[in-house]
Amino acid sequence: MSEWIEACSADEIDEEDVIRFDHGNRTFAVYRSPDNEYFATDGLCTHERVHLADGLVMDDIIECPKHNGRFNYKTGAARGAPACVNLSTYPVRVEAGKVYLQIG
Amino acid sequence: MTAVDAGMVIVGAGECGARAALALREGGYQGRVTLVGGEPHPPYERPPLSKDAMTGDDQPSPRVIASFEQLADLRIAFLAGSPVTAIDREARSVVLADGRSLSYERLLLATGSSPRRLAIAPASPRIAYLRTFDDALALREQMTPGRRVTIVGGGFIGLELAASARRRGAEVTLIEAQERILKRGVPEAVTEIVHKLHAGNGVEVVLGIAIVSVEADNARVRIALADGRAIEADSTVIGIGAIPETGLAAAAGLAVDNGVAVDARLRSSDPDILAAGDCCSFPLAVYGGRRVRLEAWRNAQEQGLLAARNMLGAGENYASVPWFWSDQYEMSLHIAGLADEGVTTVRRDLGNGAFVLFHLADDGRLVAASGIGPGNSVAREVRLAEMLIARRAMPDRARLALSDYRLKSLLAA
Repeated sequence: MSEWIEACSADEIDEEDVIRFDHGNRTFAVYRSPDNEYFATDGLCTHERVHLADGLVMDDIIECPKHNGRFNYKTGAARGAPACVNLSTYPVRVEAGKVYLQIG
Repeated sequence: MTAVDAGMVIVGAGECGARAALALREGGYQGRVTLVGGEPHPPYERPPLSKDAMTGDDQPSPRVIASFEQLADLRIAFLAGSPVTAIDREARSVVLADGRSLSYERLLLATGSSPRRLAIAPASPRIAYLRTFDDALALREQMTPGRRVTIVGGGFIGLELAASARRRGAEVTLIEAQERILKRGVPEAVTEIVHKLHAGNGVEVVLGIAIVSVEADNARVRIALADGRAIEADSTVIGIGAIPETGLAAAAGLAVDNGVAVDARLRSSDPDILAAGDCCSFPLAVYGGRRVRLEAWRNAQEQGLLAARNMLGAGENYASVPWFWSDQYEMSLHIAGLADEGVTTVRRDLGNGAFVLFHLADDGRLVAASGIGPGNSVAREVRLAEMLIARRAMPDRARLALSDYRLKSLLAA
């Protein structure tokens, strides 16, 4: 079940930024935090199915580009109206400069 | 009839009023909260009405902000379909159309705006305006394959409806009296792109020509233009702007100035009555207190939240920078700030046809940013610009044009 999928190179994501990663018919958002850790969540905002990777990362918050709904991308917790449903998060590991997600 | 003690009373159950009601509870207020709305639906979001509600599945439903059950669980008394007819400031109460009277501890007017009517257009089921979910449902029926729709007004509502009508397969002519679409608040370089998008998607755009008459029978609408042309269609939608709902406030003697006039804390001329969202005009601190009225989703939401805090005594000033977006086919435009505050413009290209214009005041201060591109490709830059505008930043003009000059690094400075 829970296989590890290569998403990108570690240096494709700037610090305190996010990119979109599509796999099969699913889409994910992969984050690099200001302290250089990597995280992954579902790619679409729980409010209106907007790609979060077009949004702004500030510290540990991703803000949806359309309605400014906010989530903590490390935990998936919704942090501000209109977002009220948490995001799913996925384990991430970085090996030999590659970022892998366990998307199960 | 004696008044019912209704506690904190909010008139208007759109984005602004509903967010305020929820925020009163989130702020820990335990007393009575009463939300009064004119429509039968639970509070819902209006932005989809010109977009997804038009183009989505066969049984669209409103995107609800809080359901009847959620409101009841929060002990928010929601009076749906209850128009308010008067405010009695002396008795500190509002009077409903059914004769009931609600006494308030504090009152928030979140009455929104209503579509500006085209005076020369007759009342007809073939001539529509868009404000409510029910309006949107009725409009959907007019926008079917092969039907011809004229849209009067090249503002955001008119353009979004044009895009939705094309998606649904209707033939669309859009008539704008000004010499370009989106003349109010959007720079010409951006409107050019939007215009081309619509033309490329088969919308016939008629610019700079006044309408001299509108006639409707039970099958057709005929619009005569000043240049002698006549445009016939199966139906017409009019989107020529909105006017603030200030009737209650004016009748109660509150100051009105292009909206219920409020101070930075959203207080009207009666300090126990606040107003927020589309219905109010307020001073924008970032532009030296310039009085503005905004018709934007986020403004409605943020002012609703702030009004709730101030009803509970927070005493906070509204300090946000205007920000909004609009979807047009596969493109979105995002605008932060008021572009007319700028005297010079710096353009930054982001690739794939996306670009952002930074508008600078004569002292070099960033005062607005307008961008357009595929999907939400300009969203992040415009959002960062918004934060810089709030900080009254003076970014380096030459470097602003370079896409690898990170706006975020300026925020840290």
